[in-house]
Amino acid sequence: MRPFIYHRATSDSAALQTVIGGAAPRDQPPTSARAQFIAGGTTMLDLMKLDVMRPSEVIDINRIAGLDQVEKTPDGLRLGALARMADVARHPLLADYPVIAQSLTLAASPQLRNMATLGGNVLQRTRCTYFRDPSWKACNKRDPGSGCAALDGFNRSHAVLGVSDHCIATYPGDFAQALIALDALVEIRRQGGERVLAFADLHRKPGDRPDIETALAPDELIAAFRVPAAPWTRRSLYLKIRDRQSYEFALASAAVALDLAGDGAVRQARIALGGVATVPWRAREAEAALVGHKVADDVAQRAAEIAFRDAQPRRRNAFKVELGRRALQRALLETASLEI
Amino acid sequence: MSSAALSVAKEAAAETTPPSSAAERGGAPLANVSLEINGRTYPLALDPRTTLLDALREHVGLTGTKKGCDHGQCGACTVLVDGRRVLSCLTLALMADGESVTTIEGLAGPDGALHPMQQAFIDKDAFQCGYCTPGQIMSAVACVEEGHANTDAEIREYMSGNLCRCAAYPNIVAAINQAKHELKRA
Repeated sequence: MRPFIYHRATSDSAALQTVIGGAAPRDQPPTSARAQFIAGGTTMLDLMKLDVMRPSEVIDINRIAGLDQVEKTPDGLRLGALARMADVARHPLLADYPVIAQSLTLAASPQLRNMATLGGNVLQRTRCTYFRDPSWKACNKRDPGSGCAALDGFNRSHAVLGVSDHCIATYPGDFAQALIALDALVEIRRQGGERVLAFADLHRKPGDRPDIETALAPDELIAAFRVPAAPWTRRSLYLKIRDRQSYEFALASAAVALDLAGDGAVRQARIALGGVATVPWRAREAEAALVGHKVADDVAQRAAEIAFRDAQPRRRNAFKVELGRRALQRALLETASLEI
Repeated sequence: MSSAALSVAKEAAAETTPPSSAAERGGAPLANVSLEINGRTYPLALDPRTTLLDALREHVGLTGTKKGCDHGQCGACTVLVDGRRVLSCLTLALMADGESVTTIEGLAGPDGALHPMQQAFIDKDAFQCGYCTPGQIMSAVACVEEGHANTDAEIREYMSGNLCRCAAYPNIVAAINQAKHELKRA
């Protein structure tokens, strides 16, 4: 690990001042900025040991008070960015949002869930092995313009949706799928102010700049996520398919929330896909295809086909198209049959 | 140069050089940290890069906590920080400043009597080479404390962050089942 100066911030304004003092250039993506915030540290210290992240200043934001609350608001739920995954997953308020609790519980290990924060979780970096191993020269995400070793390499775990000719790295998280499905918002603090962003606008598809992963500036800090209350949040679930039963990243996953009429016909559907896309992936056309129909095999199958219509598989990850479809199909059927 | 002289030189450099050049200088000033480990306070001056795991093993001399993968994947380095199980390899020692750390050395009673979980691992033959065992035991203590040891399936799920290359898993589950009853009685 390269040397760095450690700062401990006890307020968000102090943290922002320090990161600005570290002269984070506005034209650089936050991921390559010289000064980095650290919360749980579970992604960042790992990548610093691998020499993938090389901050020269690290600002510990764990002691900032008031950013770890889980609260009910008039509009729904507000989840503080410094709340730990394990604490949120078992919070009683999450009972009305099972897809969120499940996405958190099915991620990582108990130790990691005790450490990792919600804010850090949505910003976790890809598990692409070429990104994580700097002995591979070609990685546009790590070293812009250097190429992509995964395109024709060992790309079994890579994305089939939202890919570009420059990067096919999978977004690895689970919680983000629940947030994007439920139309969450992100509260972002910056020097002297705050802005609110749709969660769907937080992550950027790789395009020709895979190194720019989010809409955040280097001197911005996620403060909280707001999840609007809605008729579909209770009838929701997160289905995760992986190589092992536990403690593994998704090969394919689906976050589904449904609002059903008395006769079982879909009034509103919310669908997000994980493990198959470069960013948290909302499947809006598949949602629209469900409206007005009862969720039967053929209806779920058609929605799943629509969700993966634009998939662009590579040599070793073509199986993800069928796996992803079936995961979504099963998630839709299970969600529709939930007793709530 | 002795390490003491080196650290003085580094601190002097820190005063005269802007912190932004830490990387170019090849080092960062040592930082003071106070770790409370197994009820005893250890004031330390550490390179900020030092993980809690390395602080325990290399600076405090408590080598019961093991370094397996050093990347948060194997669970061998599991310790309790303020009662919660965490991975000491992905925690900077500075982040644990002032917090209460419990390691495998802190489980036994003052008279040396083994913790019920330690005894259960022996009784149920829950290890072979023993390298992952301190992490398994710390994780198992937390697993019971959290209320996640109700069924075999739940134990397996909530112990999934601790790998055992000797594959002593069935006996680890048996050990946790034994200890959980004794811990409930206690």
